[in-house]
Amino acid sequence: MELYQLTAHQLNEKIDKGEATPESIIASLDKRIQEVDHKVGAYVRHSEFRVQSSEFRVKGIPISIKDNICTAGYPTECCSKILEGFKPPYDATVIRKLKEAGLDIMPLKTNMDEFAFGSSTENSCFGPTHNPWDLERVPGGSSGGSAAAVAADEAVWALGTDTGGSIRQPAAFCGVVGMKPTYGRVSRYGLIAFASSLDQIGPLTKDTRDAALLMNIISGYEPRDSTSVDTAVPDYTKALVNDIGGIRIGIPKEYFIAGINPEVKKAIEEAIDKLKILGAVCKEVSLPHTEYAVPVYYIIATAEASSNLARFDGVQYGFRKSDQDMIEMYKKTRGEAFGEEAKRRVILGTFVLSHGYYDAYYLKALKVRTLIKQDFDRVFKDCDCILTPTTPTPAFKIGEKTDDPLKMYLSDIYTISANLAGIPGISVPCGFTKEGLPVGLQLLARHFAEETLFKVAYSYEQSTPWHSMKPKI
Amino acid sequence: MEYEAVIGLEVHLHLKTRTKAFCGCSTEFGNTPNTQACPVCLGFPGSLPVLNRTALEYALKVALAFNCQIQEFTKFDRKHYYYPDLPKNYQISQYDLPLSRNGFLDIKLDGKIKRIGITRAHLEEDAGKLIHAENFTLVDFNRAGIPLLEIVSDPDINSPQEAYEYLTALKSTIEYLDVSDCDMEKGSLRCDANISIRPKGAKELGTKTELKNMNSFKAVRDALVFEIKRQTGLQDLGQAIVQETRLWDEKSQQTLAMRSKEEAKDYRYFPDPDLPQFIISKEKIAEIQNTIGELPQEKMQRFIKDYGLSQYHAKILVDNKEDAAYAEICLRGYPQKDKKVVTNWLVGPIAAIASDNAVSISGLGIEPKDTIELIGFVENGKISNLVGKSVLAQMAKTHKSPALIISEQNLVQISDEASLERDVNLVIQENPKVVQDYKTGKESSIMFLVGQVMKKTGGKANPKVVQEILKRRL
Repeated sequence: MELYQLTAHQLNEKIDKGEATPESIIASLDKRIQEVDHKVGAYVRHSEFRVQSSEFRVKGIPISIKDNICTAGYPTECCSKILEGFKPPYDATVIRKLKEAGLDIMPLKTNMDEFAFGSSTENSCFGPTHNPWDLERVPGGSSGGSAAAVAADEAVWALGTDTGGSIRQPAAFCGVVGMKPTYGRVSRYGLIAFASSLDQIGPLTKDTRDAALLMNIISGYEPRDSTSVDTAVPDYTKALVNDIGGIRIGIPKEYFIAGINPEVKKAIEEAIDKLKILGAVCKEVSLPHTEYAVPVYYIIATAEASSNLARFDGVQYGFRKSDQDMIEMYKKTRGEAFGEEAKRRVILGTFVLSHGYYDAYYLKALKVRTLIKQDFDRVFKDCDCILTPTTPTPAFKIGEKTDDPLKMYLSDIYTISANLAGIPGISVPCGFTKEGLPVGLQLLARHFAEETLFKVAYSYEQSTPWHSMKPKI
Repeated sequence: MEYEAVIGLEVHLHLKTRTKAFCGCSTEFGNTPNTQACPVCLGFPGSLPVLNRTALEYALKVALAFNCQIQEFTKFDRKHYYYPDLPKNYQISQYDLPLSRNGFLDIKLDGKIKRIGITRAHLEEDAGKLIHAENFTLVDFNRAGIPLLEIVSDPDINSPQEAYEYLTALKSTIEYLDVSDCDMEKGSLRCDANISIRPKGAKELGTKTELKNMNSFKAVRDALVFEIKRQTGLQDLGQAIVQETRLWDEKSQQTLAMRSKEEAKDYRYFPDPDLPQFIISKEKIAEIQNTIGELPQEKMQRFIKDYGLSQYHAKILVDNKEDAAYAEICLRGYPQKDKKVVTNWLVGPIAAIASDNAVSISGLGIEPKDTIELIGFVENGKISNLVGKSVLAQMAKTHKSPALIISEQNLVQISDEASLERDVNLVIQENPKVVQDYKTGKESSIMFLVGQVMKKTGGKANPKVVQEILKRRL
């Protein structure tokens, strides 16, 4: 076993036993990145930063960070030309917490869809990331770089962000664990916003224990984020017990309809059987407003995105295309530096907030969002968690959906509702297709019930081999 | 045709909180550009706003003082427009659920009270300041994010003078609340005006123009006077009034159409997802209500009732909070029942000296007890009125007590007839013509002779005694 193959908790043990040092870990990772990243493309700008450079001082376990989370003094560009060369003057709260916990922040950022707009990591100004299980396929997105880095053993663990499935969907495509915490659980301060009412930072890891460890570090109320919630953070590792006897799991019937890949469906059904054997009580439930989740999401998320992206205008930072006329400067800067998907979403969001359309689109979407939330509240009255596939299909081919944005949007169909409702979700590996592509299982729970998710995920993981499988690159 | 003006005012007020509305940067005025800025007020990627509690409390205080209904459930919205002084290209403001609405402010006009409705008062953040050089423009973000209270009046104002009175009353009330400097020169109070005209008695509103760039209350009044004249002129010629924004040009004393092309503005307001919607509790409202204290209108009524002041004098005295407090100590401390003499001193000689020194009455540094003592000395005849005024001037300069000044300079009034006899005789001898006038029935001539005696005694003679002697002798 190479050091780079290990989880963070395994590495911690090795360090404690004197079998590894932070230096040996980083050297191992560096070697791995040099070996495979030219094929995977999980990291951006890696020709400019060698992780073993003199400015990078090691003292703990390294962690890889998505390019939309601010790291003081290091480029944080959201994989967008408009933030070209932007080095934030401050660390995001999660980065500060990781540093305080003794972790080393990898100076290389992981690839992503521009501003997290996408489900395939193809919309990056640095080019696409490739799925380590099949280099011709996408790793999912938008946290595709983080998921691929963890899957390819180029990272011990990583942070991603999830607005409509951007952690869980790539975790499923790459065969790793990914958690979207409850909205308000993790401070968003320093996360470059896509859709402020939906965004959450969360872990992408090789197993559930690492996810719990990482959640212990990054969770918690912070006064600088008014949307973070002031409730106590439990020790999530305490939830890692192999005991789900009597736990009530709801299976929403709306998630098993046309469009679901039969192999995915089969893997999920086998997982349900496994959980039943472990003592879980599974029953069919209904989330009747599920069909509206995608349209509601693309109204609310694009509305917020169009506003959040207004500040990228070439005045203070990032890319600027100069012009004698101010308005022309704005137009040229934004016209040249935003990618196609970013422009599509800014225009869509601008439209739904426009005078005369606001009530018909944005306001109505907010109302339906409430109905979707109520669906979950109702189900959680008699269920401890909900089980669904993370995605309707395994990883698709690079270029397969780039010409059809609607098709691309539908790949988030199972993950979006959790963001709209603000509830936590986790994706864990639950098998492989015949072609050898990972399948992900999604678990959802009520607000701040991450412990339930860890308990079920851990119990399942303990009795299945999926999480320990490695891709051949 | 006779026209009537319909005017609505929009006032923007800097709340004098120590830190900005949504971050911890200082709000101090006049420092080096961009030294009071942070990732939040610069709108840096990833930064988030957090509402300043004091800004909210100050805003509520003003709203309550203007009799507004407080919106129990409120929120902040984003108002979008592109401008380099607006770091996020949206302003955090309030749209459909403003902090407060439906208030009013009473103004005094020709002795009558007129009630001006207040449509709404809401909290928002200020933008930065552009500094234009010849070939480039600089931005100072020190001002960006300072809490602003926007107070919108109903279109209840019908003349430039009413607008002026409204602004004066508004400023006076806010100064009482001690939540803003209300300094138009420093930009801590700004005022835009919407104005249209219509045939007198008509119900329908005419096309309005929006006036900006007025740097004083007087400028607001002047701009409105000009604009009414301009609109009336157009109307009389049968020409259309264009709905537009016009800038007041102080130099040429006229309003000029803004050069930029007027586009239909769509600010795309929507609730700011970074700031949770919140409820202002009844307890909080009551708590703030309790901190308001007596406002100028109430104080004025009380002064009239308690001290028998005329409305005119009461209004002058309550305009400034500190002066009102000063006046009240004097009025209450003055031992006689009739306080008229105290009022006369305050709004007369004392106000005049204050004005000469460009300070307020309370800013003269004269102890209220010294003022009371001085008035007592004049009233009981220890010194003459004339000497009293000169003593007052010295009190303002040296801050000595009136008793000390009088004794040091031997200014006690001469009421003893024997001591005045010689000077009276001299004046009679020196002014035979005036004496003749008096004797032939021009009674007022005696005052001239009294004045001459006063002059000879250096103002120390008791004029009443002098007059009596003169009457007897002539």
